[in-house]
Amino acid sequence: MSPTLTTSSEANGNVSSATARAAASAAASAETAGPQPVTMAKALNTAMLDAMRAEDSVLVFGEDVGMLGGVFRITDGLMKTFGEQRCFDTPLAESGIVGMAVGMAINGMRPVLEMQFDAFAYPAFEQIVSHVAKMHNRTKGRVRLPMVIRVPYAGGIGGVEHHCDSSESYYAHTAGLKVYTPATVADAYRMLREAIDSDDPVMFMEPKKLYWSRDLVDLQALRDEYEGKTGAATEGRAAVARSGTDATLIAYGPSVPTALAAAAAAAEEGRSLEVIDIRTIVPFDDETVAASVRKTGRAVVIAEAHGFASVSSEIVARVQERCFHHLAAPIRRVTGFDVPYPAPKLEHYYLPGVDRILDAVDDLQWEG
Amino acid sequence: MTISANDAVRGKTGQGQPAPEQAEDTYLPGAAAEAVRKFGITAEDYMLPARHQIQMVDQDGNVKQYSDQGAEPGHEYPLPDDEELLAAYEQLVIGRRVNDQNSALVRQGRMAVYPSSHGQEACQVAAALCLADGDWMFPTYRDAVAVMARGVDPIQAMTIFRGDWHSGYDPLRHKVGIQCTPLTTQLLHAVGVAHAAKLRGEDTVVLAMCGDGATSEGDFHEALNFAAVFHLPVIFFVQNNQYAISVPLAHQSVAPSLAHKAVGYGMAGERVDGNDVVALLAVLDRAVKLAREGSGPLLVEAHTYRMQAHTNADDATRYRQDSEVAQWVARDPLSRMRAYLTDRGLLDDGGEARITEKAEAVATQLRSGLGEDVPVDPQDLFKYVFSKPTPQLREQSALLADELARDAASDTEATQ
Ligand SMILES: Cc1ncc(C[n+]2csc(CCOP(=O)(O)OP(=O)(O)O)c2C)c(N)n1
Ligand SMILES: [Mg+2]
Repeated sequence: MSPTLTTSSEANGNVSSATARAAASAAASAETAGPQPVTMAKALNTAMLDAMRAEDSVLVFGEDVGMLGGVFRITDGLMKTFGEQRCFDTPLAESGIVGMAVGMAINGMRPVLEMQFDAFAYPAFEQIVSHVAKMHNRTKGRVRLPMVIRVPYAGGIGGVEHHCDSSESYYAHTAGLKVYTPATVADAYRMLREAIDSDDPVMFMEPKKLYWSRDLVDLQALRDEYEGKTGAATEGRAAVARSGTDATLIAYGPSVPTALAAAAAAAEEGRSLEVIDIRTIVPFDDETVAASVRKTGRAVVIAEAHGFASVSSEIVARVQERCFHHLAAPIRRVTGFDVPYPAPKLEHYYLPGVDRILDAVDDLQWEG
Repeated sequence: MTISANDAVRGKTGQGQPAPEQAEDTYLPGAAAEAVRKFGITAEDYMLPARHQIQMVDQDGNVKQYSDQGAEPGHEYPLPDDEELLAAYEQLVIGRRVNDQNSALVRQGRMAVYPSSHGQEACQVAAALCLADGDWMFPTYRDAVAVMARGVDPIQAMTIFRGDWHSGYDPLRHKVGIQCTPLTTQLLHAVGVAHAAKLRGEDTVVLAMCGDGATSEGDFHEALNFAAVFHLPVIFFVQNNQYAISVPLAHQSVAPSLAHKAVGYGMAGERVDGNDVVALLAVLDRAVKLAREGSGPLLVEAHTYRMQAHTNADDATRYRQDSEVAQWVARDPLSRMRAYLTDRGLLDDGGEARITEKAEAVATQLRSGLGEDVPVDPQDLFKYVFSKPTPQLREQSALLADELARDAASDTEATQ
């Protein structure tokens, strides 16, 4: 179903794509110069812009996402480009946002929602767990909910309480939700496009401390690759972010750059660490992870979230089940402590850092 | 049909801030301004329910004097036509039969659970009959009769109550949401369906149902507010049957009535006798018409009574007196309609017999359909979690398949 939506300025015919084309060509001309330093924020914004241009049923809404462009500016310009009917602010009510999106998805739309912060998505938990995750199953596949719930998550930005939770485990634990979390600028673009095009609901966890990180990427090339289907899908495929031979660091989202920094430091000490970026927690890529650990024989799992009953514990369990006879040492974890996320003054003690990761690597029974 | 962005996103007259030249006291949000124009009454008089509930036929089946029906300027309700009332009566009789048949099936252990709408059939029937084919309904667990009256096959409508794992009917085909248990969560889905339809320029109306106790939930508030702010054609239909399991309405709310809550959202509210199908149809038909014409959402509270326990698992004698229940027997929605239609010469013994026969046929269908064992496929566990099973689900499905194959093999060995 491809509904025709119109903007107020051009009330006849299918003009949203016309305005979008103009925006896209403007964007494209700025991007023709090949790889440029691009922030993750820009990549996410471009992914939504391109998805809205490609498909009229894609709608973006949430709190402050319209005129303001979101508190992190990730939706910047979308309302201006596509009109108030395709990108708009809702009343302040997260359950309302998600619940309304369920109805819109039932009725042919592809909503992309923004939860303002990780901890402020909790009012929507009932809608997410009881409906978003289950609708497809309990209607025996008849009702699909192609919706994306974007959640800026995790810490490292000096945020005050309730602004830095790592909430991915709640969602990953819920059957029926896909959970994506990009760690690079290029993946942010690819994965958000895939999430929007997915017929299943996706919790899209955006590491907010990486919003302003820059990579050299060619957005036009990424767009061509995605739309021409010439690139590999990211769903269910972990990436080898750095190759190595001695041990595997397994990380996702905000912890990937930390793992890479640890690997770089270890290299200086003569230890070759492989870094795996999980990319999609659900579905999980057992193969890539297990292949790496079988090769290196040692592993450390890194996550900002509390370790207890978490995605990191799940990863350890899965690796152990698949790689036991290849392991030279017990798998170690470096995670957040099991305490409420601490205020800025203490967060550096809490967050997994390079030293704590290297200490864990040192503990992997090398002497034997 | 196309729509403007302003229309789509906010109420026509409720758009953003009042224009500077508008004096503060003349600025009115969406629904109210239109009502004032249409009915020549104040916004408050439009949004607040009429002073008395709307009742057209009394409990003995007599049409009330117009002046006693509760009507007021802007709250005026013509009597529905005879054809609609006869159709409604037929559905009432079928609904009652279904309620009682299902309760019997539960007692016999042939159904897992059934939240009966015995006593509330007028609400059930009117909720279905007021809608056009292209409209949507979002029912609760107690609204199986409304779902059936909307045209869903009786057996399919009872799927969840027989303990099966899925919703039975296809929501998209019937434009009926799944019968929802997490209280008032479905009201937001109704809002979303209406919003999507409005963005496409369709004139779909959505009826969203909940109970009295459910009005305390947060999603009730969020749904009404969203519908009002986005100016959507949603009718919130509250069946106030006086109890939420054991808890009486007085412990849920001290608002003058549940319909009064409408004014807080800038929408119109109305109270109606929930055992008078004539008044229900009059109020809901008009609500549907107004919503379709662009009035924005409306809230209708039907005053009724849950004649039986919450479900078969509940013991109502622990929290209410038999004498209270007895008072409501006299207000039964079926007997009053039978009297009304018979008095008017629209129903005779022959007609009554034909309707009873139809109701019996549905009861028979339920007895035989729900008596049959549903074949279950264990692999269905994995098929519909995602549009395509993940590698992990494929592994788990293989594990179960292997277990079952080994069970089957040892069974065959044992019988050899
Ligand atoms: C969110 C939520 N909380 C609690 C329940 C358990 N529960 C099921 S029905 C019910 C009573 C609801 O009463 P009311 O809204 O008046 O509807 P009625 O059952 O009387 O039709 C309760 C508490 C539930 N289904 N959902
Ligand atoms: Mg009740």
